[in-house]
Amino acid sequence: MPAAVPAIALEDITVTFVSPGGGRYTALRDTTLRVAAGEFVSVVGPTGCGKSTLLNVAVGLLQPSAGRIRVFGEPLEGLNRKAGYLFQTEALMPWRTALENVTAGLEFRHTGRQEARRQAESWLQRVGLGGFGARYPHQLSGGMRKRVALAQTLILDPQIILMDEPFSALDIQTRQLMENELLELWSANRKSVVFITHDLEEAISLSDRVVVLSAGPQAHPIGEFAIDLPRPRDVAEIRLTPRFIELHTLIWRAMKEEVLKSYAQQQRQ
Amino acid sequence: MLRVWQALLFLGFLAFWHAATSPTLLPPIYFDDPNKAAFFFGEPLRVFERIWIWFSSGSIYPHLGVTLLETMLAFVVGTALGLGVGLWLALSPTASALFDPYIKAVNSMPRVILAPIFGVWFGLGIASKVALGVTLVFFIVFFNVYQGVREVSHTVLANARILGASERQLLRHVYLPSAMSWVFASLHNSVGLAFVGAVVGEYLGSSQGVGYLILQAEGTFDINSVFAGILVLTAFALLLDWAVTLAERRLLVWQPKSGETEKL
Repeated sequence: MPAAVPAIALEDITVTFVSPGGGRYTALRDTTLRVAAGEFVSVVGPTGCGKSTLLNVAVGLLQPSAGRIRVFGEPLEGLNRKAGYLFQTEALMPWRTALENVTAGLEFRHTGRQEARRQAESWLQRVGLGGFGARYPHQLSGGMRKRVALAQTLILDPQIILMDEPFSALDIQTRQLMENELLELWSANRKSVVFITHDLEEAISLSDRVVVLSAGPQAHPIGEFAIDLPRPRDVAEIRLTPRFIELHTLIWRAMKEEVLKSYAQQQRQ
Repeated sequence: MLRVWQALLFLGFLAFWHAATSPTLLPPIYFDDPNKAAFFFGEPLRVFERIWIWFSSGSIYPHLGVTLLETMLAFVVGTALGLGVGLWLALSPTASALFDPYIKAVNSMPRVILAPIFGVWFGLGIASKVALGVTLVFFIVFFNVYQGVREVSHTVLANARILGASERQLLRHVYLPSAMSWVFASLHNSVGLAFVGAVVGEYLGSSQGVGYLILQAEGTFDINSVFAGILVLTAFALLLDWAVTLAERRLLVWQPKSGETEKL
């Protein structure tokens, strides 16, 4: 595979929603995002700027009104089979135990029962839930459910991992633990990651590159910043380094105006 | 302690019943003839004597067996139909839009009135009672399945799709389990109504069953046997309900119970 072909390329994506009453809402306009193989890219932007819409387009859940999507050079048709998706909200099947949730993807692909179980158990170990396979989701804490969801996605070994504010519902300590674990899992086997967040610190501490989206409607990228912090990183410690603060100041300057714009829009509504 | 009070309440009720209907215990208050109260309301001792005779002679078992068989069949057939049709209509917007007014009409119809028609169609045997029970159970299950499918979390559905589930697998692994949780929530209702269908069907025309026993006793003004029949039915309804509770506890382990804490 030539390095020049991006793992996923969203080109000139425009998404316009039409409401039943005939109203139109353009969430994204002429948005282009390319992510190289093995690259960790975060997309930040104010609330309601269409970050989730962008991911839904990338995974094939949503057809864009205009634009092209290429996955390793191939145009995307239907669902993106090379991508795994980590949702912001609860996505585990509540009627399955943690282990059964992790095996689900393999089961859907007709992997043998024994083999699926073996792999799922090893993945549960890896996300630190070795002894919890028999628990149902409601018997796990929020952080543990996220770990199960992570194992559920990663067991299929997707080439592209799409994450939609996966840790936003967690408390700050759990969140930093999860971020570190994510970095560890990712660096062991580098896949392309598109990480959506509204938290700039989270974006900087995890990523190779941060893309800033403008406030919606008609959101589009307004800035791109390479994060040259050394790896491996500890997300809690790296926040205190001078380079981090420099980058934070730089990106925040670009974001600030958009955040204020988005805030003003919410006030008007 | 609560159980003791509950038992005392029942005993008190029986004592009152006994005192008010015994021809000799109290002077007649309302009726001019001391035997009339017993004629209209029965006597608890006689009622229990009747139940005892039924069970000790074994004469009630075939009737009970028939009633319970009708209940089970109505429940199983009604649930299967409700599940099938519910899944179909919930997943097919066109069919659902087409049938919507008819479903509403049939559901709002007092369906007990169909019993005589079923009698003509299916005869006086088990089939007509099962048919009546099925019409009652079907709608409960149907509406719950329909609701269950509609309420499937979009995120769970999208997640399963992305994990690679085909339409068939979605049905089997997402829609069905979600619908089943709603079906189980209505299990008490549907088992109860299957029982109602069986007994009412028997009462309106049959040759065996507990409903038939009550009908016969009524025909000869044997009020004690009528009450005995009612008591036996009540006891078995409670038993069925208890069995459902046990089944529920087994099958819905994955659902959080109210007030249950997270186990870490």
